Amino acid sequence: MAKRVMVKGNEAVAMGAIAAGCRFYFGYPITPQNEIPEYMSAELPKLGGTFIQAESEVASINMVLGAAATGARVMTSSSSPGISLKQEGMSYLCGSEIPAVIVNMSRSGPGLGGIHPSQGDYFQATRGGGHGDYRTLVLAPSTAQENYDLTMLAFDLADKYRNPVMVLGDALLGQIKEPVELKPYRKKPPAKPWALTGCAGRPSQLLKSLYLADGDLTVHNWNLFKKYQKMRQEARHELYRADDAEVILVAFGSVARILRTSVDILRDKGKKVGLLRPVTVYPFPDEAVRAAAQAAGRLMVLELNTGQMVEDVRLAVEGKAPVDFYGCPPGTIPTPEDLAREVEKMWRKGGGR
Amino acid sequence: MSAQAARKKDMELVLDRPQSLKDVPWHFCPGCHHGVIHRLVAEQIDNFGVREKCVAAASVGCSVFLYDYLDIDVLESPHGRALAVATGIKRALPDRFVFTYQGDGDLAAIGTAESIHAANRGENITVIFVNNAVYGMTGGQMAPTTLEGQVTTTSPYGRQADGMGLPIRMAEVMATLEGAAFVTRVAVDSIKNLKKARAAMKRAFEYQIKGWGFSFVEVLASCPTNWKMTPEAANARVGGEMAAYFPLGTYKDKHAPKAD
Repeated sequence: MAKRVMVKGNEAVAMGAIAAGCRFYFGYPITPQNEIPEYMSAELPKLGGTFIQAESEVASINMVLGAAATGARVMTSSSSPGISLKQEGMSYLCGSEIPAVIVNMSRSGPGLGGIHPSQGDYFQATRGGGHGDYRTLVLAPSTAQENYDLTMLAFDLADKYRNPVMVLGDALLGQIKEPVELKPYRKKPPAKPWALTGCAGRPSQLLKSLYLADGDLTVHNWNLFKKYQKMRQEARHELYRADDAEVILVAFGSVARILRTSVDILRDKGKKVGLLRPVTVYPFPDEAVRAAAQAAGRLMVLELNTGQMVEDVRLAVEGKAPVDFYGCPPGTIPTPEDLAREVEKMWRKGGGR
Repeated sequence: MSAQAARKKDMELVLDRPQSLKDVPWHFCPGCHHGVIHRLVAEQIDNFGVREKCVAAASVGCSVFLYDYLDIDVLESPHGRALAVATGIKRALPDRFVFTYQGDGDLAAIGTAESIHAANRGENITVIFVNNAVYGMTGGQMAPTTLEGQVTTTSPYGRQADGMGLPIRMAEVMATLEGAAFVTRVAVDSIKNLKKARAAMKRAFEYQIKGWGFSFVEVLASCPTNWKMTPEAANARVGGEMAAYFPLGTYKDKHAPKAD
């Protein structure tokens, strides 16, 4: 059996990255994700890897760009304001089709906001965030174990699609301490013939995102689009006690883990409630959400913001079922009882069958 | 005359296109120095035999088209970020030859932080910094190195010290950093200066290849189109007005042979 350790969520991310073969990390300190660079700064040198504390988030994402262009597995991490600064580099990673993993242990905003858990970066994460017509895969863990597992998966998906992949957690998932099973990584990373390593034994090659000649950029954008369409097959979700549910709650990340207990509380009271948790928030699990709406007849979305993912849920449902929303802006973390109470309130207000 | 034609006519070939320089027509404006500087870089790539070990970080501005002319692996960087990108490349592939080729807006304005910190970390990278005192690609706006009084499209009344500051002397700034090992400023306006520029490039390459650390070559260059000058007048300005404010010479050479 794989070794089990008691670690913080942030450390689980770093451990997952190292297990997946990441030997290059570039970052800049920001709360609440500092355990990731701290862990990397201690462990990577022992493995012959490189840790650089860059002068800024902007520099660190561009170091990622450079190292990842050589074919190495590379990661950076930050939290909301820092992720805003990384958006330029992410747009270039997408445009130049260079795989890398970016972790956002998001905090609260706008502006400096605070260091509370928040899901206020959902739009930024799932809509690209930087300039241009591009998409990044976004994985949303809800436990320290998933921080470990999904970080490993992020490297595989990044290589598979030659695209940056984001792991979107938050302060709660970064700071929580719980057992993590250190599953070994057994995959063989793919060959990267596109990598820039010096042109020994082959013609020189280029990685770029600039296309000035008439029509070239159109072709490039359509090619990227086709890839993004293919990425849709990576949609993942998890259902909890949803089989006979009359209301299905939809939530991701930290709220979803709180809501599991709320579902149990409501089930104990005889309320037929289930939970659908998107594991990928881009691509969004549209089909699963649509099926849940059809089966239950009513959905309720709960988020640690004032309403972002709810838009994707409504797009998926296409008006065929009522979709209620309860939002918790940053500053307080709701308890399972709080959320159970809010679900009951929404339920009483009607709208379902 | 091509090498083949020279041989046919039984003449001695004294100068040829470097192998690292692609045999394609230049697109640069008449009198622009980028072509000359590209050639100087290509010569040293050939000289040290590192063509197949090169990974360059191209920057944003006219300098980005480096990859149209040099037959080496190149990664395009976002504006100003070439030295962060090059840091990533070099750390991942320490035995490759890694250099950046950046203009003044890229290196000394939007990329100042990346430039200074890469130098300060002592990254074993070579920088070719082309200072032509103007934003070329975007159509002639004011650069951090635009001279006092110089008219540009965003300093239509001339650059004024009050409110716009005076031009930044990057070689001097870089030389103050402990991590920078070789820092020099050259120009490519005359045969005499070209020879010095060639020697400076060679020395900068040598620094990286020997693992001596960060090497920085500032090259004073012309932009006749955006200076609104003839190529001749622009060339003369480089060795005149430009070199008067940006003194040519070597500011740091950590491994210079010790004088007895």
